[in-house]
Parts: sequence; C-alpha cells; structure tokens
Amino acid sequence: MQIKVLRNILEANQRISDQLRAMFKENKILVINLMSSPGAGKTTLLEKTLVQLKEEFNMAVIEGDIQTSNDAMRIAATGAQVLQINTQGGCHLDASMIQEAVSQMELDSSDILFVENVGNLVCPAEFSVGEDHKVTILSVVEGDDKPEKYPLIFAESSVMLLNKTDLLPYVDFDVDKASGFARSLNKDITIFPVSARTDDGLDDWHEWLRREVDRKKQD
Amino acid sequence: MHEMSIAQSLIRIIEQEMVRNRVDRLVRVKISYGRISAIVPEALQTAFQALTHNTHLEGAVLETSEIPLRAKCRSCFREFSGGDDLFVMTCSHCGAEFGHEIISGKEMFVEELEVE
Ligand SMILES: Nc1nc2c(ncn2[C@@H]2O[C@H](COP(=O)(O)OP(=O)(O)O)[C@@H](O)[C@H]2O)c(=O)[nH]1
Ligand SMILES: [Mg+2]
Ligand SMILES: [Zn+2]
Repeated sequence: MQIKVLRNILEANQRISDQLRAMFKENKILVINLMSSPGAGKTTLLEKTLVQLKEEFNMAVIEGDIQTSNDAMRIAATGAQVLQINTQGGCHLDASMIQEAVSQMELDSSDILFVENVGNLVCPAEFSVGEDHKVTILSVVEGDDKPEKYPLIFAESSVMLLNKTDLLPYVDFDVDKASGFARSLNKDITIFPVSARTDDGLDDWHEWLRREVDRKKQD
Repeated sequence: MHEMSIAQSLIRIIEQEMVRNRVDRLVRVKISYGRISAIVPEALQTAFQALTHNTHLEGAVLETSEIPLRAKCRSCFREFSGGDDLFVMTCSHCGAEFGHEIISGKEMFVEELEVE
C-alpha cells in the first residue's frame, strides 16, 4: 500500500519558529540570526554593536557558538544580557533550543535579540529560529572563491557583512566577486563591508539596525 | 551532522503517518530534497539506518531524489535551470547574473510511504 504524504521534513522546526516569530512580534523585539564560518567575527562584531548602541537600545544575546567557550563572557562584559546554549556538538541551533533559551531570559524590555549561531555556513541556513532576519558574515580572509558548498545561506540572508576589511591589503579578495555570489540568487541582499577591528563601516550596519527596530516597533 | 536531526524529523513524520493509517511495517520511504538544501543523501542514509536500527522501521529503504535548482530571472522574467556553478547563476535566456528568484531547489519533502 502507498501512502501519499507530501509533508515538509522540517515542519516541526518551522512550527516552533512560527510560534516564536508571533511571540517576538507581539513583544516588538527585532530578532537577528547571525551566521558565519567559525572565526569570521560574529562575537567581535556583536561586542562592538552592543557597546556602540548601548545608549539607544536594550539588547540581549543567545550565544550558540561552541568554538570558543568564552564567547558568552565576552558578550556579558558589554553589559548585555546573554544566555549560552549548550548545543552538545550540534552543527546548528534549532527553534526548540531558542524557545527553551527565551523562557529563561527576561526580554520584556528588549529591543533587539541577537542569536549567534554555530559557526557553519551550511546547516544553520535550514533551521529558522523565529528571526526577522538572517545576517551572514563572510570574512575577507576566507577568500572570494565559493564560500561554501551551498549558496542557500546567501539566498536566505537579508544582510551580508563582509568583515575584516582592514585585512584587504594583505589578502586576495575581490569584494565585487564575493558580492556577486550573494546577489546571484538574492536581489535584495544588503551588503556592508565592515571591520569589527577598526570600526570601519559599522555605522552603516548600525543604521540598518535602527531602521529595522523602528519598523518592528510600528509593525 | 545535521542529517541526524533531519532523520529524526523524518522518522517522526513516518511514525505519525503509520499510526494514522494503522500500519506497522514500512517497506520504503521516498523523499525529495532540493539541490541547494543542506541534505547530503549519503549522510542522510547513514543517519536513517542508525536511527532505525533495532526498531520496527529497520530494513526500510530510504529513497532520495534530488529536485533541481530552478530560478526565475528578474530581468527577463523567464525561468531557467541552475548549471554546475550554483554561485553564479547566469540566465540562459538573457545572460543576467544577479537577482534571480529561486523557484525550486530549497525544499525537503516526504513524498510517500510504501507500507504493509
Ligand atoms: N583583523 C581583524 N580581525 C578580526 C575582525 N573581526 C574579528 N577578528 C578576529 O577574528 C577572530 C575570530 O573572531 P570571533 O569574533 O571570535 O569570531 P566568531 O567565531 O565568528 O565569533 C578573533 O581573533 C578576532 O579578533 C576584523 O574586523 N579584523
Ligand atoms: Mg563566536
Ligand atoms: Zn533573463
């Protein structure tokens, strides 16, 4: 006997992600799912953003990157609320992990919740966590050649941050070429070249965040 | 590694469908996955075998088929298929390189079960 099914394999994750999205919408919290390869600069960028926008916004972070154990401490040092998730070696965060984390946080007065995903450009792209935007960091030391096997992450991201631009003089990296990969399947992607070390370009990224927070509040 | 969680989700759906249809032996499950989804079929096979070992699903065949990448050109609005290079998708009609919209190639579906 045949049974026709036609169900999305990731429907369970999608359902929880939708619940989270509704809850974040109700509470008017902008949620950013931050993804990159290991070491591209997610934590460093967050440290800068958390400090520089401190007076304007109440921000919280869910730390899911397991490469280095002191990421959560680096974030906490900025004064932001942070919760570390133990992914037990997993290669991505899923919506149920975020649901669990959020239940342990105090987000009533938060304007922005950043989720630092596991360092990996493939799997996190498949698992929504209730975010408004996926933001992918590509660092110029990774090279401008095919960033990873699958372009899905660029198709799904609202923003690509090209980080470590302070190192551009020393590496073989063509910003236009890398931007092309991202734009091929994503007309609307916004690309910000930045350096989380020298702060170069961060203003544009912060301006984008301000606009998105405003939009979320009016939503 | 994420194939483990994908296989778990797959098995949950299989179990639900089998209960709903009051059957307990699975012969085959057919799934389809998009060309740019994160599924690596070999890894999914391994995960599926591992998770069904010593269960009533043991021995079931997992059949996977790939859904090609299709895009709609935002310049000429015609559809075209992805070639070998998934990063630079050039429209086969007008040559445009940027801003295409994905029509298929991202999905992950359980198509059907063959049961006894
Ligand atoms: N030169 C340079 N180094 C950076 C920049 N951003 C981050 N780094 C360095 O890259 C390394 C990895 O950064 P981290 O933020 O931990 O990456 P994550 O794994 O993505 O969180 C650290 O040694 C950072 O100091 C940058 O803009 N320029
Ligand atoms: Mg980190
Ligand atoms: Zn065209």
